Amino acid sequence: MTRSTITGTAPPEAGATDPGRTTAAVPRTGRLTPWLVLALVVLAGSAVLALTIGPANITAAEVLGSTRYHVLTWLAEHGLGFLDPGENPLSRIRDAIVWEGRAPRLFTAAAVGAGLALSGAVMQAITRNPLADPYLLGVSSGAALGAVAVLLLGFTLALPLAAFIGALAALGATLALAGIGGRLTPSRTILAGIAVAQGASALVSFAIVASAQGDSYREIINWLLGSVAGASWSSVAIAVGALVLIGTVLLASARTLDAFTFGDTAAASLGVHVTRTRWLLLTITALLVGAMVAVSGSIGFIGLVVPHVVRLLLGARHARLLPVAALVGAVFLLWADTGARTFFAPSEVPVGILTAAIGAPVFAWLLLRTRGQS
Amino acid sequence: MSGAVQTVVSSAVTDLDVTELTGADLTYRVASATLLDGVDLHLRTGEVTGVLGPNGSGKSTLLRLIVGALPPSAGVLRLDRADLRQLSRRRRARALALVEQDAHTDIPLTAREVVLLGRIPHQGLFGTDSASDLQLAEQCLHRAGAAELADRDFATLSGGERQRVQLARALAQQPRLLLLDEPTNHLDVAAQLALLDVVQQVAATGTGVLAALHDLNHAAAVCDQVIVLDHGQVVATGHPHEVLTPELIADVYRVQAEWVPTRHGPTLVFAPLG
Repeated sequence: MTRSTITGTAPPEAGATDPGRTTAAVPRTGRLTPWLVLALVVLAGSAVLALTIGPANITAAEVLGSTRYHVLTWLAEHGLGFLDPGENPLSRIRDAIVWEGRAPRLFTAAAVGAGLALSGAVMQAITRNPLADPYLLGVSSGAALGAVAVLLLGFTLALPLAAFIGALAALGATLALAGIGGRLTPSRTILAGIAVAQGASALVSFAIVASAQGDSYREIINWLLGSVAGASWSSVAIAVGALVLIGTVLLASARTLDAFTFGDTAAASLGVHVTRTRWLLLTITALLVGAMVAVSGSIGFIGLVVPHVVRLLLGARHARLLPVAALVGAVFLLWADTGARTFFAPSEVPVGILTAAIGAPVFAWLLLRTRGQS
Repeated sequence: MSGAVQTVVSSAVTDLDVTELTGADLTYRVASATLLDGVDLHLRTGEVTGVLGPNGSGKSTLLRLIVGALPPSAGVLRLDRADLRQLSRRRRARALALVEQDAHTDIPLTAREVVLLGRIPHQGLFGTDSASDLQLAEQCLHRAGAAELADRDFATLSGGERQRVQLARALAQQPRLLLLDEPTNHLDVAAQLALLDVVQQVAATGTGVLAALHDLNHAAAVCDQVIVLDHGQVVATGHPHEVLTPELIADVYRVQAEWVPTRHGPTLVFAPLG
């Protein structure tokens, strides 16, 4: 992981000259590592705690005990049995509640939250648009179209795969439209994304109106609002796999993203191949988002709001923004989903409603705050 | 460690030991117009070269072409004998740095963080700022007269302060050639003179400077040579006092000009044409 960058060597005269205009309140210096460790500890603690929440009165000790049992059993099965797995503290049914019900859902939520926050931060940087979110390039609408095709029109394809294909098709259409007769500039890309998203949304709406009934209607609405209720271990594999693979590339690009701070000419003069870099980063970010949408539908506001909040706390440098935003996004969606399955138990709400309900006021607050500054 | 930093900062030491940049037949066309047409130039390290010309004559385009932000439609740029196209973008960014007019961002960064952007061409993947990067940033802020701004939010700085911070950022690139696009724009008179003073000091340490300038008296005061552009073409090159004749100024700028002796040497005064 990236190491700390600035070590707080402020010259003594700094801030003394004109205190009224100095933004000393923003603690952007100091080490990154403590923040990362803190966020990781919060994430791990949240995971254990959230697994205990819900019917069946499972304790944290039981969660940890059965985690140990499963890990050691797995190691033993792969010829690495140093320690005796011992007894699983959970009965078979209670073990299934944790490991077949809550855990895949929790891991999926955490990975999706991390992926969306990361994607949002990257999209905001390369388009130089603070309102950019992961769905900017029409990816979510394309994925919805793919999902609707499976749920309503009866194509025999796994839903995540159909959603992912839809997302890729939308991305391809957006980039093709933006690239026709010109360079891939941020504004052209955003406008093309809007056009593709609107077109795909219209088709989705038409398909729903024309053919949805009863259960499939409910299912598609749930999916459109964003939910990880149907998560399985294969959802975990998709979400975590995409996050690790693409997230690593994005973290490696942190300094390149910094180079875009003052626009394309400045980035080029800092040694960045602007068009190629933007193309590459937009594409792999959209692939990441496509994988996330495939397992969770389009969960809103995380990708938009989390990067802004982290920027406010830690500054805008991507070497620290990206990893911390990913961890904050993970913790946030983990708890939002825990809320989604417990607040109205035994029924539940799509988690996308909760993230929007929390994210919208936070975003409004950020907006008012920046207006007060400038 | 301080010894290492000294070496890094000494302007004679760089991974590209360059003494001159030449451009031949530089041309840039867009669909509707030719913005630069067959421009030749020859820049030496240690010298200040002014690019002059009215609005729209191609000054900014020339700077962007040299720094690699725009691809030339024709022509060749060479650092010493090396074709710039053969150089990786990162190496090019270690040889050439650009200070744009009105650099603007919505992203909240301190002045020091802005200066550290200049280290990007020197850093690798997962790049972070080393102790010597941080020390170099402080020195560059100091050289640009912006040391007291280090912890200020860039967005809260005045135009002149931003220009100084951007200059510090460009110096942090440790370029052999510094490109400045109308660096005195929007600055008050004192700030203009202070900035030109810094520019001359930078050149005196062995870095070449190419500055697009509007003020012909500034050009006459600080430039070793000037290149005058009109409609994308070079109309004159040479020492400012030889090039900036009343006839040429009337031709290119459509104003009357006259050299008037003053306490500070000959100065141009202007009046509308006839």
